This record gives sequence, C-alpha cells and structure tokens, in this order.
Amino acid sequence: MNGVRLELRTQTPWWLNLVLPLAAIGLTLVLCSGLIVLAGANVFTAYTKLFLSSLSTPFNLVETVVKATPLVFTGLAVTVAFRAKFWNIGAEGQLLAGAMAAAFIGACEALPAWSLVPLMVLGGALAGSIWALIPAVLKARYKVDDVVTTLLLNFVLYYGMMALLDGPWKDPLSGYPDSPDIRAAAEFPILLRATRLHLGALLAAAAAAAVWLMMRHTTLGFEISAVGENLKASRYAGINIGAVILLTATTSGALAGLAGVGEVGGIHFQVMAGLSPGYGYTGIVIAMLARLNPIGVVPAAIFFAVVITGAEAMSRATGVPVFLADVIQGMSLITMLAALMLTQYRIRANRTEHE
Amino acid sequence: MNEILSQIFQVGFFAAVIRIATPLVFGTLGELFAERAGILNLGIEGIMMLAAMSGFSTVFFTGSLWLGVLAAVLTGVVAGLVMGLLTVSLGLSQHVSGIGLTLLCSGLSFYCYRLIFGQPSTLPAIKPFETVALPVLAEIPIIGPILFNQFALVYLAMLIVPAAAFVLFHTPWGLNLRTVGENPLAAFSAGVSVTAMRYQALLLSGALMGLAGAFLCMAQYNAYTFGVISGRGWVCIALIVFGQWNPWKSAAGAILFACIDALQLRLQASSAINLPYQVFLMLPFVLTIVGMALVSRNALAPAALLKPFRKEAR
Amino acid sequence: MENPSLLEMRGISKRFGHVRANDGVDLTLNGGDILGLLGENGAGKTTLMNILFGVYTPDSGRIAIAGRPVHIRSSSDALAHGVGMVHQHFHLVARHTVLENLMVGQSGRGIRLDRNFILQRMQDIEQRFGLHLVPGARVSDLTIGEQQRLEIVKALIRGARILILDEPTAALTPQETEGLFTALRAMASQSMGVVFISHKLHEVMAITQRVVILQQGKVAAEVLNDGTISQRRLAELMCGQEISPPSKSSAKPGAVRLRMENLRTPGGARPSLKGVCLKIRGGEILGIAGVSGNGQSELADVIAGMLPPAGGILEINGKPVPRYTPRSMQALGVGRIPEDRMGTGLIPALPLSSCMVLSRIQEFRFSRCGFLKHAAIRRFADQQIESFGIKAAGHQVRTGTLSGGNLQKALLARELAWNPTLLLAAQPTRGLDVAATRFVHQRFLELRDRDCAIVLISEDLEELFALSDRIAVMYEGRIMDILDIQTATVANVGLLMAGVGGSK
Repeated sequence: MNGVRLELRTQTPWWLNLVLPLAAIGLTLVLCSGLIVLAGANVFTAYTKLFLSSLSTPFNLVETVVKATPLVFTGLAVTVAFRAKFWNIGAEGQLLAGAMAAAFIGACEALPAWSLVPLMVLGGALAGSIWALIPAVLKARYKVDDVVTTLLLNFVLYYGMMALLDGPWKDPLSGYPDSPDIRAAAEFPILLRATRLHLGALLAAAAAAAVWLMMRHTTLGFEISAVGENLKASRYAGINIGAVILLTATTSGALAGLAGVGEVGGIHFQVMAGLSPGYGYTGIVIAMLARLNPIGVVPAAIFFAVVITGAEAMSRATGVPVFLADVIQGMSLITMLAALMLTQYRIRANRTEHE
Repeated sequence: MNEILSQIFQVGFFAAVIRIATPLVFGTLGELFAERAGILNLGIEGIMMLAAMSGFSTVFFTGSLWLGVLAAVLTGVVAGLVMGLLTVSLGLSQHVSGIGLTLLCSGLSFYCYRLIFGQPSTLPAIKPFETVALPVLAEIPIIGPILFNQFALVYLAMLIVPAAAFVLFHTPWGLNLRTVGENPLAAFSAGVSVTAMRYQALLLSGALMGLAGAFLCMAQYNAYTFGVISGRGWVCIALIVFGQWNPWKSAAGAILFACIDALQLRLQASSAINLPYQVFLMLPFVLTIVGMALVSRNALAPAALLKPFRKEAR
Repeated sequence: MENPSLLEMRGISKRFGHVRANDGVDLTLNGGDILGLLGENGAGKTTLMNILFGVYTPDSGRIAIAGRPVHIRSSSDALAHGVGMVHQHFHLVARHTVLENLMVGQSGRGIRLDRNFILQRMQDIEQRFGLHLVPGARVSDLTIGEQQRLEIVKALIRGARILILDEPTAALTPQETEGLFTALRAMASQSMGVVFISHKLHEVMAITQRVVILQQGKVAAEVLNDGTISQRRLAELMCGQEISPPSKSSAKPGAVRLRMENLRTPGGARPSLKGVCLKIRGGEILGIAGVSGNGQSELADVIAGMLPPAGGILEINGKPVPRYTPRSMQALGVGRIPEDRMGTGLIPALPLSSCMVLSRIQEFRFSRCGFLKHAAIRRFADQQIESFGIKAAGHQVRTGTLSGGNLQKALLARELAWNPTLLLAAQPTRGLDVAATRFVHQRFLELRDRDCAIVLISEDLEELFALSDRIAVMYEGRIMDILDIQTATVANVGLLMAGVGGSK
C-alpha cells in the first residue's frame, strides 16, 4: 500500500546537521522562484542580486555582519528556550525591552561616562530577562500557555514603547516619536574604522560561544535538555522543573534583550518605532535552521542577514518586492521542520510483495 | 465621570462591540474546531492576514464583495491544508509548524499586496459591505439597532455559534471530532479515520479564519493594511482557553474582549483621560493575559492536543 | 471444505525494522471456539491480532473470514467484517460518557446522534451476554472491570462475530475474571469466535478449547485443551525451555527502613491514600498487590518523593522525611524504579549515558561547580552497560531505541549504582520477556540478601508470590491486610483485592 516507511534512527549522523539546512534552503529557493516569476523577473538575476549584493564589496560584507548581530542574539534566545520546550515566541518584545533599558541608561546624565556601556549591557539583559520571566512565571505557577502569553506580551511591550515615544520620550522640538539620543560615551566602540561594525558583534560571538558552553558542558544545560525532552522523567529524577524553566527564561530573555542593546548602542543611538523589523521572529527561523545548536546559529544568522539586506538591492534592481525575504523566512522554517524528520527517522522503501 | 459613562454606553457602543466581536468569533470558532480535533493551529494570525489580502484584492478587481469572501475562505482552506500536511501527515511539531505558517502567510500577503498594488500614495480602497437592517427585528428598541442593523457577515457569525455547538455536541461528526481530540486511538479503533477528521477540522478552521480576515477588510475597514490583524489571531487562541473549548463560552469571551476593545476606542476618542492612545491599545492584551492566568489552572484542554497520531508507531 | 471456518489466517508476516514480529503465521478460528493465543512478550501475539484488526498491514499473507478472502486495511474494515478487539490498554475517552463512547464512529444514521438506537442495542446485549452498563456514567468514574465491559460492548454493538481480547485479565481481580469468563462462554455458545491472548497459563487452561503458541513470531505449537495437557507442558512450549521460579533463601529482616503510619494523600483527580500503615525492614521484599487504581501508584509516588503526603507519618531509616522532593528521597538512599519506564524513568530522545546519570547529575562524581565531567559520565555509563549486560551499540545511542528489557536494565543500573537501602519498584517486569524478567528478579533477590528493603508493587500475582516475603493488599487507598508468604494463597489475596475481609 504505502511505498515508503519511516524507521527510527538509533543515532543521527553528524553530516545531516549540515546537509539538512542546506537542503531546506535549497527547497525554499526553488519554491520561492515561482513568486519571482510571478513578479516578472528573471529568477537567476533576482537570486544573484539577493545573495551576492551583500557579499560584493568589503563594506557590504561588514554591513551583513552588522545586520547579523541582533539576529545571532535572538537566534540564541530562541535556541535556549526551545531546548527546554519553553515556547518563547516573545524575543521580539524582549528585544524591545532591552533596547528601551539601554536607551534609558545611555541617556542618563547622572552616571559616570565609563560605566555607561557596561550598565547598558547589564540593564538591557536584565530588562529582557524580566520581560521573559512574566510568561515563565505564568507557565510555572498558573499553567498558562507560554506561546500565547509570549506572543501577546510582544504587543503589550510594543504599544508600551510607542506610548513612551508618544509621551514622555517624544522629541520636544521635532515632535517625532523618537527617544532622546544616548550620550556619546554610551555609544558602542567601533571595531573597524569607517564601518558600523560595533562592540555588539563581538558580544554576539561571545554569547554564541557561552551558550554552547552552557548547553554542552554545564549541569544547567543538561537539565534544560532533559526538561525539554521529558518533563515528567526530569521531575522524577529530581530536577527542579520550575527553577530550570525560570533560568531558561532568564537566559533567553537576557539574550534577546542584548539584541536590543546592540541596536541602540551601536546603530540607532535611540529608540524609535521601526527599531526591530521582526528580529525576534527571524530568531525562531534561525534557531530551527541551526537545529537548536548555538554555534549553528551564527551561520544561520549571517544567511538571513544576507537575505534581508540583499532583498533591498534585489528589489531595486529587479522590481521583485522586498518582502521576498519574509516569504523565504517562513518557507525555510517549514521546509527545515519537514527535513528535521530525517534526523529521527530513516526513509526505507517498503517491500510490497503481497497483493 | 457620569458624563463620560453616558457618552460611552450608547447604542452605538454596543453595535460597535458586536462588530468588533465578529471577526474574533469567526477566528475563535475556527481555532476551536482545530483544537477540538487535537491540533493547535498557530497559523491563525497569518491565515487571517493572507485571507484578508486575497479577499480584498478580489473585491478590488471584480467589485464583488461575495466573490472576495469566497476568495478569503478558499485561501484559508488552502492554508489549513498546508497545516494538515505538516502536523497531521508529517506529524511535525504543531508549535513550530504554526509559527512557520504564520510567518509564511504574512510574508506572502505582504509580497502579493506589493506585487499587485505597488506602493501607491493613497491606500487602495473598496466599497465595503453596508449594514442590512433586518425587517421587524431592527425595529425592536435598543436590541434592534444593536443586533439587527448589522453587516450580513455579522448575522452569519450569529448563526455560526449555535451551529458550531450543535455540530460539536449533537452530531456523529462532532462526536468523532471530539474523540479524535481526546483519544485518537479510541476513534481509530471505532473505525474513525483520525487523519481524515483532523484534515476536515483544519480545512473548516482555515475557512472560518478566512471569514475573519474577509470581515476585517471588507466590513470593519474598507482597505487592507499590513497591520490589519495586529494580534487578533493570537487573541482568538487565548479566548478559547478562556472559553474552556466551548463554542458558547468562547463566543462570550469574544464579546467581552470586544467590549474592552470598544471601550478603549471610546476612551482614546474622549478627551477626559490624557494618556497616549497606545496605552489603551495595550489594555485588551494585558487583560487577555490576566484572564488566561485566572482560568488556565483548571483548563480542560482536549487530552490529545499537540499529540501527533501515527498508526504504526511502535 | 463445505463449511468454512469463521476465520483463517495464512502465512502472515510482518517486520518492524530488523525484528520479524510475525513470520508465516497460520491461524484458524471456528464459530463457538474460544482460542487461546499464548506466547511470551514479544512473541508476536499482539502484532498478529493488530494485523487482523487493521492496525498494521501485513507484509505478506492472506486472511479469510467465513471463507471469503478479505483485505483489512483499517479498523473500520475490520469492524465491517465483524472483527472486534479489546486492547490491553483501553481505547476509551475518559471525559465522555459510556453512551458517547459507544456512539463514536456511528455513521449513516441521519445528522443527529441517534441515542435511542444505541440504548436499544445495549439492552439487547445485556440480555444476550449479561453485560450491564450505565449509559450516562463518565468513563473516568468506572472501575477497570467496567471499562473492559464497555470495550466488549463497543465491539458487540458494531456487530462483532470475532472478538479479540488482548491480555484481558491483567488488571482484573480473580472474581472479575470469573465474570468475564461467563460472558465469553455466552458468546461462544452463540457461535461467536473468541481469541484470548494471555500469558497466564491457568486462565488459558480454564477458558479455551484450543491453544496456539507463538514463539519469536512463529507458531511453535497448536494443542487441544482437552484435559490431557498440563500447565507445565504449555509453559515449556511457550518458552522453549523449562521455567523455574527463582530460588530464594529465607529472609533475614534487619532494621526498619520505611515506616508509614496513617499516611494520607490529597484527593482530587487521582485516587488518594486514606491512612496507609506499613513497616518494612532491610533484607525483606514487601509485595504490594491490588487492582490498579486502588492507590498503588500514589503509594509509589509518595515513596519516590513525587507526591507530598497530606497527613500521617512517613519515616525513612527511623527519621521523618524533612522534604518531599525526588532529590531528597534519593539523598535518603531510596532507589526508585517507576511504573512507566519510558515516560517517567528515562528520556527516549537523550543518549543512554545522559539517562543513566539523570538523577545524579548534581553529584560530585559527575559534575563540579556546575560543569559536567563528560569523561566520568561516559566511563560510568560504559561500566554499567557492561555489568548489567545492556544490549546497546554504545553509551551514545538514543535511549528510545532500546528494547523494553534493556530500558529496564538501564534504569536498574542507574538506581542500583548508589547502593540504595530502600528500593521502590513499580511493575518492574511489565512487558519484559522471560530472560529479562529473570534478570530483574535475580537482582532484587541479591539486593534483599544484601540487607536492602524492597517495596515491590505489581499486578502480576505470580511475581508477587515468587519474590515477596510478605504481601500487602491495597484496596481503596488502604492496606487491607499484610499476609506472610508462607500462609498467603491466591484466593485469599484475590478476596482482599476485591475489598472482602481483612484485619484492618
């Protein structure tokens, strides 16, 4: 009857970790080429523009890294959370919380200049953590579904931020909804002259390494994986589930908060409405594409940075709407998810000798 | 204070509540059918967005509102089919599949809208649905203007709630559906195809979500914007928890939410309270979370929600 | 043949991965027959019947019902051909009523649910077979015996002429079993066919007319149950070797390891303990018997630290327990083998080595200052894999791919590595084959002889009688009585399980 059959794997070969994301991306690009044709453009030209424009000059290359910085953070935030099956879809809100804290601290005249950058980093991480702790506490204490709360909290924070920008933070001169600029001493140091490559990129790389260390080599990482895979067995084995969920949420929120800190301290120097074009949601795609591996988050983030920056160049050159980048994100999440089945199962042809 | 209250609680206010509740009722019931069959359809936000876009575009080019509704419903059905493929046939994580579907559908709706309309200086608009006063009923004082001088789709929503309750609790199909959501093995061993039931639930779910999207840009507004849904889909999911997976209670939850939403709109407009309007926009979301926290502890979620079913699993 | 048999299965084969679950099985069932299907766990009984019921599609083979060849692709096909099945784990919706459960899958009878039709059929079936049920009762309120009756009625309502029962007596009291047998005999007398799957030999002897014995997926023997065959012979045919109960020295009870006095747990969704009193000493095995759902799982959860008591005294090694958490129980020297080894004991998706240190990851041996000692974990896992003879391709394999026996060995390896002074074992051999069962029993007896106290909760009376030094019987959250193994009899325990008699 059915020609193929799924068989459980005893182990996942390591090369699948590389092949699957590439296959998923390949499939995504094939599927999306239909949309490019629909837009009346040449598929090859469009994809060339999409991928090569951001890699063509050294400056664009650095810009891609700049763009990837917040994505690495949100990707890591989602990775940690999803490992524990804490469905944190709220990286977007936590990012904004971090950004607001950073903008507030960075503009504070009372603080000594040298303390601004460290305090922004700490404050932003803390703000993100607190925002992530709300759904975690609601989940641990009142069994409220974390997906819905994290999603709704994104809107709460967004409107809260807009209220601030429209109220106390409104620029008194221009009337624009922009927060006051942070002090010059609060601006992140630039790593490469004449570019926008800032301290945040370094922090992001360090964060990826730290999260890898945590997941691979610490008892907390061990317990996070255990809780994510089997809550009941973890509890039976003596793991304090509530504590693990709260620590996971804290870590995840802090990482997402840092994404916001980087954007404020290194790029915009203020908070405004379009601060995050959905970095939090892109983080989900990145984390899944990286198979929840912290090191894999870095290349995945760079890939989407390429797509996001390249989409504008492609749009200008070919007229294909810039939103192709969004479609690619959604599509690759789905294709990757489907491909992930192959890590657990092996496809075998069925012998069909009967009938 | 009294003045503000009397300013707010007029017939027009309650008519607005019904209007605001309508897309939520469609979305909530759509999600309800999916969840009763054991599938959490997190694609709802994206499906509503894509359906709104396709419905709007259809109306824009054909001029026929009902053709637009049909397009929106069909869009929802196709998206439901995709969700079924991922979560039923492939048995993938419902959480991630749903988020993926929402990202994909919203991306598609932005892309197609830009492709169709470009970047016009004025928002493309259509001639939306007009209210239809039901003969006799609309004449009833107070209730008449609130309930029976509404859009056709509002009447449809009013009919769909009892219909959904009837189908779920008094028909063989509904019993089979609930059984699939509670214990798929029980359904399977009674000769019910779990796969078929879940697909049917998802298609119906998509169709209703499509209606929600259609209502938003053909009745509530007359245009499509990128923020047309802005979290309403997620609210629907919360409303189901709040309504304990019961169509009546969930619809009541939708009306309650609509009251809060209508109230915040009035408060925004009234000059009595001097706060940035976003504070009011935030309010319904905050209250939704509080509401969920109050009822979640003894929530009666379908027992097999989130669990894929594989016949030959061993 | 002029008079075709009710059911014929010919050359049925089915593979799962590398396992041949069925390998050319032939089986015939006539109307009026009660056929015993015997075999160890993993011999292929359930697979064969699942093929007949359309759960699995066979790789090869033919099925004929009443002489007509049929293709059974789904359970609805099976039902349409008059095949009904009562699974070991019931397929009921706990939240629905009896009536609703009976109406699932009802089709082609108008748009509304037809309650009267089903009520009428229920009455009809009660008259014919004596199976009584209350239509409006919620399934979650029914006893196991009643739930089974509902499963049988469900099959009969759909017009089953062939009824398959998979381990139907596993969770019944001896008295409930008798009631089931009466109904089965009534069915046979009305020329239905019954397939009775079991590994309880005396029951098979009592109810069947013919016995088919499966061994490693093949028919090993087919014998008539005409009074000439002995239980011993059946057992030999089933295992291919003679089985003997584990040899046991007399107990040398030491210090009191666990004392419960009037222990109570909160009620609610689960059954509660309503004043349990027990005492167990080092060097003895205390068996806990009882029909499932009478508080055994809750007793296990209390000892495991999963369920804090609502009142009463719980002392371990003579001292009250300071905190009821799984970790503090472990710290007091309690080893724990949970009932559901896959869901509660181990984590299928993690590597074997992780599962083997899961409960001890905070110990200095496996981590320091929050950092894992990978080498030590690996060494520990390898060492335990070897000393417990766990069949796995290494410590890095996904735990979920191990067989049931090896999973249980892994769990034992984890819990016994820390020399527990008290061991809680809930259903430790459920679903294991003979060799693995013997291994587990042997380990338990060794532990007991090394002065460990063992609380053995089991639904398998044979196992309880073979291992226990004393048997406590639970009924409705209380200990009915504690019997000494020398004086206990199956009948005695059976009555206590049904709530009859007892000293307390």
